[in-house]
Amino acid sequence: MSHPSLSPRRSLAALTLLIAAWLTACSNVAASAPSGSGESTVLSIVGYAVPAEANARIAEAWQQTPDGQDVTFETSYGASGDQSRNVLNGQPADYVHFSVESDVTRLVDGGLVSPDWKSGPNKGVVSTSVVVLAVRPGNPLGIKGWDDLIKPGVEIVTPNPASSGAARWNILAAWAHIAANGGSDAEATDFLKKLLGNAVALPGSGRDATTAFTSGTGDVFITYENEAILARQSGADFDYIVPDDTLLIENPGTVLIDAKPAATQWLDFVLSDQAQEIFGETGFRPLNGKAPARVEGANDPESPFPQPQRLYTIANDFGSWEELSKTFFAEQTGIVTQLLAELGKS
Amino acid sequence: MIREPRPLKLALRWLVIGYLILLVLWPVSLVVTNTFADGLTNLKTAFTSPAVLSALRLTAKVTIWAVVLNLVFGVGVSLLLVRYDFWGKRVLSTLVDLPLSVSPVVVGLALMLVYRRDSAIGGALYDLGYQIIFATPGIIAATVFVALPLVIREVVPVLIEVGDDQEQAARSLGGSGWQVFWRVTLPSIRWAVVYGVVLALARSLGEFGAVKVVSGNISLRTQTATLAVEETYANFQQGTAYAVAFLLTVAAVACITAVSLLRPREDAS
Amino acid sequence: MTGTALAPAPVIRDEVIVEPAPTAIRSVRAQPRYHRRLTAASGLGLGVAVLWLSLLVLIPLAAVVGTAVAGGPGAFWAALTAPQTLNAIGLTVAVAAGIALLNAVMGTIIAWVLVRDRFWGRGVLNVVIDIPFAMPTIVAGLVLLSLYGPRSPIGVNIANTRMSVALAIAFVTLPFVVRTVMPVLEELELDVEEAASSLGASSWVTFRRIVLPSLAPAITSGVALSFARGISEYGSLVLLTGNMPNRTEVVSVRVLSHIENGELGSAAAIATGMLVIALAVLATLDLVQRKAARHDS
Repeated sequence: MSHPSLSPRRSLAALTLLIAAWLTACSNVAASAPSGSGESTVLSIVGYAVPAEANARIAEAWQQTPDGQDVTFETSYGASGDQSRNVLNGQPADYVHFSVESDVTRLVDGGLVSPDWKSGPNKGVVSTSVVVLAVRPGNPLGIKGWDDLIKPGVEIVTPNPASSGAARWNILAAWAHIAANGGSDAEATDFLKKLLGNAVALPGSGRDATTAFTSGTGDVFITYENEAILARQSGADFDYIVPDDTLLIENPGTVLIDAKPAATQWLDFVLSDQAQEIFGETGFRPLNGKAPARVEGANDPESPFPQPQRLYTIANDFGSWEELSKTFFAEQTGIVTQLLAELGKS
Repeated sequence: MIREPRPLKLALRWLVIGYLILLVLWPVSLVVTNTFADGLTNLKTAFTSPAVLSALRLTAKVTIWAVVLNLVFGVGVSLLLVRYDFWGKRVLSTLVDLPLSVSPVVVGLALMLVYRRDSAIGGALYDLGYQIIFATPGIIAATVFVALPLVIREVVPVLIEVGDDQEQAARSLGGSGWQVFWRVTLPSIRWAVVYGVVLALARSLGEFGAVKVVSGNISLRTQTATLAVEETYANFQQGTAYAVAFLLTVAAVACITAVSLLRPREDAS
Repeated sequence: MTGTALAPAPVIRDEVIVEPAPTAIRSVRAQPRYHRRLTAASGLGLGVAVLWLSLLVLIPLAAVVGTAVAGGPGAFWAALTAPQTLNAIGLTVAVAAGIALLNAVMGTIIAWVLVRDRFWGRGVLNVVIDIPFAMPTIVAGLVLLSLYGPRSPIGVNIANTRMSVALAIAFVTLPFVVRTVMPVLEELELDVEEAASSLGASSWVTFRRIVLPSLAPAITSGVALSFARGISEYGSLVLLTGNMPNRTEVVSVRVLSHIENGELGSAAAIATGMLVIALAVLATLDLVQRKAARHDS
């Protein structure tokens, strides 16, 4: 009786052919040489969670101009820290728009972004906003400012500082509320501890936190002003308060070293008045200070960006992002990291 | 045969019907109602969005790849497990069953650790021109992983039941290995293969957790339909989320209905 | 349908393939014996299969364990015993186990009604049972959110509560016990039941003494599969439970959090714990099938 067998030679041949076909079809790392003019370019934007809508509208406007005519976009949005780590791990990107400067610094250290990325007049910042407190319609708990947040029983929603940029802005604003008004570090730490103790959820990103709040979690939601405005523009039902003292949010945006040439033109457009007005329409405070005539979703659409009595900034009140990242958010020794571990949350 | 008292019989029947309606039927029907709440608007918005269309195309592409790969390897591994002897057969069998009990997030983590650009294997592959993580191959790998056991678990019992007498007969009549496989073995397991393929299809269409970790969620490039549902829901576009969810539900129900309709025909033959 | 896919896999020993007890009443001795050694071609096939499985399954899972222990036992233990993680593990295991037991009861009842009862719509229910298996998990979450969330048409809102965790897991594990029990019920020889009732045993006694023991292996397999699926569930919980730390956060969400925070060592530590549980479940299934197979022959 003959042995059951497929002809070994035939199987090997078939296998080799299959593998060869598969290998040729699958090679997917794009050549880094930029495409010639006249061909369509694809720009990859990797961003933090909330500017998706703003960037989409700005992209549409840019595509009407000669510079942006042949350009299409691939976009990826998520928690700022997470996205930054992904780019470091190989996620393709030409232009990054993150929430906090430290997420760009990570890429500088990784050799993906030039060290002089913030040497321009805008210092690397492409969008700005302030920290606000969102509350349920009618503000049932009567929240007026930061001190009301640490009252017992107030349920706070704020994102997770390890992955989210928004979370870091929120925490720094809370810290400044005490420390920049003459409070000691110990008092500020205590304030933060009470605040984080009241947190009932630490979603991964600023956008996830919005979803959690609008789905019914928590009484107060600490977020970017632009996110509160955009959510209300899109039909979410809640109120928000701009506290008397709050922190100026500055979001960095830059192109990578190996980016396609069109990315630099894109960045120039993002900094232009036209793009900044579009940012304004989605709730950001334009870099040039000129608010659009009407911003739906703002507390007062005709006067959407009230000036707080006291506006803290990183430059004035915290020094530099390098220092504060280490002080507050370092993995084992950061103030916030330790607080969260103590509170049993992370 | 146990004849339970009629009231008990009726009570059990209605308990089951009630449970299934409250747990499955009613919630699923709400997807349909919510999708069509504004008539066809939600579907129109979804189908004119380039991101959604790209996500659907990507899901289709990944699903086809995953099903074909699991079909080839599923049938092959089934044959090996049932018709041959070798050392490590039980280890192989356990390995094949593992994906059923592993969390999809763990699957994503596992693939990411091995194939990201930082790692030894991933870095080498990248230098050769292949990106796995944050690109389509990673998504395919994750989907193949989770659907791995499905074809095998359908085919193995049938291979055992059918026995190898016909195959032996064919061989003794001079058939080559390939002829025996193609003309005798495959027809005898064809329905099991069909069920396995359909189940793998449904599972591959719906993979979410593992893909979330390995894909980077790049709209127009690595965002699948399931990721699109999550993102559009969070980005204040709930209508679109429901529309895509509706499509995926229809596909899933179509798969299992197909299998359910096909099976009686097999019993008859 | 998902029947055979969810039925316990046949136990494969070196010489004889033992039929999984719940699906065959034939004695083991009647099984043909396969002593076929590998030929060149099938050896090549085995090599390819092993390579494929290594690249896809073995090496990645080994990498998880490797990363978990790379930081030393201290870091490993710290990741697993962090208070938030312990709460997540406790919640996940408790709910999965509870729902698995619920499925043992409800699944058996559903199987019983589908096999032994005749009514209009039975065929539809048969398909309905498989929907949770085929449906994408994120859609399942959306689906449950529609009926049991803030916009519920019947005013039931359990989103962001522990009940929602139970609900989601009950949904996705629905088919498991049903599909393992149904084939056994269908194959049961009725003479023994008839004999018992003709001897005067009540329905309940007959059920308890005759039918239930035959179903026990199938129910156990279904429960084990349901538990394994329950502890690893992720997609359906994302939208529905709020993922609130120490309250409604499950293990999969913890792992993802660690991944997003760049803490791969901690993620891998928890993942390794889950893998150990998964292997334990598979081992249990294996044991149950062997015992049942011996019992049958």
